[in-house]
Amino acid sequence: MTQSRPAPTSTDDPAKAAAFEAAAAFEARIAAGESIEPKDWMPEKYRRQLVRMMSQHAHSEVVGMLPEGNWITRAPSLRRKISLIAKVQDEAGHGLYIYCGTETLGVDRAELIQQLLDARAKYSSIFNYPTLSWADIGVIGWFVDGAAIVNQTILAKASYGPYARAMVRVCKEENFHKRQGYEIVATLANGTPAQQAMVQDAVNRWWWPSLMMFGPSDTDSPNTAELIRWKVKRKTNDELRQRFVNLTVPQATAVNITLPDPDMKYNAETENWECGGIDWDEFHQVVRGNGPCNRERLEARNKAHDEGAWVREAASAYAAKQRARQASAAA
Amino acid sequence: MTSRSVVPAPRDSPNVLFEYLLRLGDDRLVLGHRLSEWCGHGPILEEDIATSNVALDLLGQATMFLRLAGQLEGKGRDEDALAYFREVVEFRNCQLVELPKGDFAFTIARQFLFDVHAVVLLDALSRGTHVQLAAIAAKSLKEAKYHVRHSGEWMLKLGDGTEESHRRLQRAVDDLWRFTPEIFAADDVDRAMLEAGIAPDLAAVKAQWEALVREVTERATLTLPDDVPRAASARGGRTGAHTEHLGHMLAEMQIIARSHPGATW
Amino acid sequence: MNQDVVAEQTEALAPDSQWPLWEVFTQSEQGAPHEHAGSLHAADAEQALQNARDVYARRGGVISLWVVPASAITASSPGENGPFFDPGADKAYRHPQFYKVPRGVRGV
Repeated sequence: MTQSRPAPTSTDDPAKAAAFEAAAAFEARIAAGESIEPKDWMPEKYRRQLVRMMSQHAHSEVVGMLPEGNWITRAPSLRRKISLIAKVQDEAGHGLYIYCGTETLGVDRAELIQQLLDARAKYSSIFNYPTLSWADIGVIGWFVDGAAIVNQTILAKASYGPYARAMVRVCKEENFHKRQGYEIVATLANGTPAQQAMVQDAVNRWWWPSLMMFGPSDTDSPNTAELIRWKVKRKTNDELRQRFVNLTVPQATAVNITLPDPDMKYNAETENWECGGIDWDEFHQVVRGNGPCNRERLEARNKAHDEGAWVREAASAYAAKQRARQASAAA
Repeated sequence: MTSRSVVPAPRDSPNVLFEYLLRLGDDRLVLGHRLSEWCGHGPILEEDIATSNVALDLLGQATMFLRLAGQLEGKGRDEDALAYFREVVEFRNCQLVELPKGDFAFTIARQFLFDVHAVVLLDALSRGTHVQLAAIAAKSLKEAKYHVRHSGEWMLKLGDGTEESHRRLQRAVDDLWRFTPEIFAADDVDRAMLEAGIAPDLAAVKAQWEALVREVTERATLTLPDDVPRAASARGGRTGAHTEHLGHMLAEMQIIARSHPGATW
Repeated sequence: MNQDVVAEQTEALAPDSQWPLWEVFTQSEQGAPHEHAGSLHAADAEQALQNARDVYARRGGVISLWVVPASAITASSPGENGPFFDPGADKAYRHPQFYKVPRGVRGV
C-alpha cells in the first residue's frame, strides 16, 4: 500500500495523527480481507462511495421491474406469466435488500427514493430501453441478468458487510432469472419462423446495450482504482465485460443465434472473444437522460409514488391510532 | 335484465363439473391478472411484493382448476388452451373480478370481498366428495387464509386511517356491493354440485361470508350498503354475460398466444 | 382519550414516509437459533410480520419469524471491543480443556 504523504511525527497536530492512524488501520483491515460493518470507523469517502454504489444498484433493481413488468399482462402462457411475475417480484426484493443495506450507512430510504424520483440519482442505463416483443423478456433474462450475475458474484465478496450479505441473497435468487430467460430464448429459437425472427430481432436490439452495462472502458473510469483498493469493486469494467462475452458467445451458438457484431473474432492466444467497437456516444446519451425510455421510467416511478402517498399515510395513521388506543387502555 | 345461459349446461352431464371448474379457475385467472397489473406500480416496495404473492397464488390455483377442467372435458384442452383461446362469452368468472383495478382502495375492497368468499368456499370444497377438486381446494385454502389476513388488515388501515383513505374505501365498497350477490346466486350447476356432495349450499356460504365481512367493515368504521334488489345486482358472468371490461382484458392477455396459434412458449 | 382528538392528532402525525425500519430474524428448522435475515419497512408489527414472510420466507426454509423495530436493538460498539470482549479470551477456567480427567473415564 503506497502512501502519498510521510507519516506525521509526534510534533504534528495530534488530531491529524489520530485521523491518519485510523485511516491506516482501515486500509490494513481491507487489505487483510476483513469485513467492514456499519458501526466501524470508515473514511468519509468510503462511506459516500458505498452509498452511491449501493443506492444506484437498488434503484436499478426497482426501475428494472418496469421493462419486464410491461409484458406480464401479455405473457403467452400461464407458466410464463407466473415465472415473469415471480422474477419481477424478486427484483423488488433485491431493491429492498440493497436499500436496507444502504440505510445502515446512516441515510433514510425516503431520501434515497426521492433522489431517484428527482433524477438526481443514476441507475443502470440498460433499463432505459423499451421491451418491444415477448422475446425481449427472454433476452433480458439471458443478457441483462447474465451480466448482473457476473457483477454480483464478485460483489458478494465486497468489503462492506451489509452489501456483501445482500449480494449473497441476490445471487442465490438470480440464477433462476438467467435460466428462465435462456429457456425462453431456446424455445423461441427452436420454434416457428416468426418466433425465430422475434428472438433474433430482440438479440439485435439488446446485445450492445448489455455490453454497455459494464460501464465505460477502464481508461475512462476514474473511480475504479480506489474502489478496487477498498475491495468494493473487485474487477475492472473491461475484465467483467470480457468474462460476460466469453460466457455468452457459446450460449448463442448453441441455439443458432447470431450476435450482431460482424467484427467479433476469437483470439486463440488470450482465449477471448474480442468485440467490435462499442458506441460510447450512445452510452453517454442514455446516461445523460436521452435514452428511449428515461422519461417514461421516471414518470412511472413518480406516478406510483405520488398515487401511493395517501396509502402510506393511511397505514401510518392507523398505526398511530392503534398505539394511542393501546396506551390509553393500559393507562 | 334477465341473464340467459349462453352455453346451456345439462344437469346430469359431466359437463356440469367442467362448468363448475371453469368458474373456479376463471375467477382466479381473471383476479390474478388484475392484481398483476400492480407489479412495479404499488404504493411501496413491500406492498409490491405482497400483491405479487397473492397474484401468483391465484394464478397457480387457476392453473390447477383449469387443468383439471380440461382433463374432465376430455377434448385435449389444457389450461393454456382454456385461458388463451376462449372468447369472452365462454369465460365463467363472476363480474366482480373482471372490473378494472381502480385505486388501491378499490383493489383492496374487491380483494377482501373475494378472499372471505374464497376461504369459506374452499374450506367446504376441501371436504367435498370430489377427491381431486378437494385436494386442490385444500391447497388453495392455505393460501386463501393468508390472503384474507392481508386484505383484512388493509381494510382496517384504510377504513380507519386518514379521512382520505376512509372516503376512498367507503366509495369502493359502495361501488362493489352490487357485484356481490352474483357469487352466491345458485343456479342449476351449483345445485348439481350440492346434490353430488361436491360443493356447499351457497346460502350457507353467503351467511358466513356476510358475518365475516360485517365484522371487519365495522372495525374499519365503514358502512355496508343496503341489500341490493335483484334487478339492480350485477349478474351473468357465470354463464358468459360479462361487462365490457373483460373483452379488453382478454385482448391484452391473449394477443401473443393467439397471434401464433400452435406455437410453444 | 376522545376519539376525535385521537383522529386529529394522528392525521397530523402521518406525513408521507417509507414507514419505520424493522429487523427480521428467521428460524430454519426446529431447535435452530433465529438468525438475522435483513430488514424491511412496515407501519406496525402485524404488517412487519406479513412483509417479512413475503420478503424473506417466500421460498420456504423458514418455520419461525421474529420482527423487531430497528430502534429497539442495542448493539455493542466496535470501539469498545477490547474491554468488552477480551476478558473472555484469557480465562481458560471457563473452558473444558482446562480440566484434566483420568484416562479411560467416560462421559465427562
